[in-house]
Amino acid sequence: MRYSARSLLRNALSGQKHWPKVWREPEPKPAYDVIIVGGGGHGLATAHYLARNHGITNVAVLEKGYLGNGNIGRNTTIVRSNYLCPANIAFNDHSLKLWENLSSELNYNVMLSQRGVLNVFHTPAQRDAAIRRGNAMALQGVDAVLLDRKDVKKLVPIIDTSAKARFPIMGGLLQPRGGSVRHDAVAWGYARSADAQGIDVIQNCEVTGFTIENGKVLGVQTSLGAIKAKKVAICVAGRSSLVGAMAGLRLPIESHVLQSYVTEPVKPILDTVVSFGAAHFAVVQSDKGGLVFNGDLDGYNSYAQRGNMQTLTSAAACAASFMPCFGRLRMLRHWGGINDMTMDGSPIITKTPVKGLYFNGGWCYGGFKGTPASGWTYAHLIANDQPHDLAAKFTLSRFETGLTLNESGHGPMPGEH
Amino acid sequence: MLIDCPWCGERPLHEFTYGGDANTTRPLESTNKDPGEDLAAWMDHVYLRANPAGPHKEYWHHVSGCRSWLIVTRDTTTHIIDQVAFAAPRAKEVQE
Repeated sequence: MRYSARSLLRNALSGQKHWPKVWREPEPKPAYDVIIVGGGGHGLATAHYLARNHGITNVAVLEKGYLGNGNIGRNTTIVRSNYLCPANIAFNDHSLKLWENLSSELNYNVMLSQRGVLNVFHTPAQRDAAIRRGNAMALQGVDAVLLDRKDVKKLVPIIDTSAKARFPIMGGLLQPRGGSVRHDAVAWGYARSADAQGIDVIQNCEVTGFTIENGKVLGVQTSLGAIKAKKVAICVAGRSSLVGAMAGLRLPIESHVLQSYVTEPVKPILDTVVSFGAAHFAVVQSDKGGLVFNGDLDGYNSYAQRGNMQTLTSAAACAASFMPCFGRLRMLRHWGGINDMTMDGSPIITKTPVKGLYFNGGWCYGGFKGTPASGWTYAHLIANDQPHDLAAKFTLSRFETGLTLNESGHGPMPGEH
Repeated sequence: MLIDCPWCGERPLHEFTYGGDANTTRPLESTNKDPGEDLAAWMDHVYLRANPAGPHKEYWHHVSGCRSWLIVTRDTTTHIIDQVAFAAPRAKEVQE
């Protein structure tokens, strides 16, 4: 059923009893053209674009848990394309353009709010870096506006812009088109659309191994039995190394936990996504009113979907220093997501040495904003066996050849990106 | 998380800095004329990781304590620490 004002009215008048299920719950078929391992945001987006852009619908998405349980429902919902490396700007801006039309494309409201993403800076060196980044974005036609201290105060009055601040603010770089999206609606919207186009989205089905003969993938083994497939596409974020190892891949990835925090809900107070410059810290107010914070990675390999206290304390200290009026807020919940941190901080979308087996991962903590473009380019790779232009640099071989895409300039230290 | 430093005893996490996977071995000085022949060994040491969910041997630096480098065996799913040892003996072993 198409969601519209008419269907809303009809169901309102009949007591909301006749809404159909949003997607089917199919049993796995014995064989598919394509199996996508992982029903997170990227896997579901890939399924949607396989059907929409390439007409491939004999596809199964296998999810070991339930939809929305992983990082697609654990991130801080921020979308932006304010990157520095040309390949990352082009990719993420394509993603932002897809976000801008996603609600109408999926017939599902993902609640995109382009409220602007502001990164403040505190030192002349940071200001130079912000100008350089803004110019790199402008060169590719992406919106970037440099603000001075007064502009920052005008845009977000609750930021402490006084000279007495612990880290006095000089100004900021604003991307007006950036903003936030209701993240679980993204999982549900893509799943509903893929399902409506005939793709089987199968929950509670864990892939336990790959069937590989003579260097070619023939299918997967799962908790619901073996399933054959002509092509298999891995898309499992934090578990990339473990699933990759089942196919004999050794990857340039470490898994680290990133925490998010949400405060008790308050009335609308912050209508911009803002990040601090003196430490890793960003804040966005959700539609329910909670202030959603994120800070640093915990700093060591982790598969625990929860974080430590010192990282939480540090994020809370940043919040209180940046926006002193948040000092009295109470923290309601905190949780962690497992980030597949690559050695250069950029993602991997590639063929593998096994024929018919594809790999998409290493999204670090930039996976959510990249969801639509990841699905778009991964579907292209699976359908054509050739990388999409926008993702052609996200190879595995870049580490060997030295063509790494290192946004932050840190070396091969995954926990530092 | 507490780490039981063999010199200082049990100390809280914030005294330590993480040094990454302790399973990789830095390739010895090359005797090959063509450096390309060492590429696979370097690639493995610098970039590739097993990244296990479970016991993980890793370096920690007791930077706000005795400043020793340690090799800690920690479960990456529970953070339970099994073993802590000084890293120096292993470094000597590799050199010899």
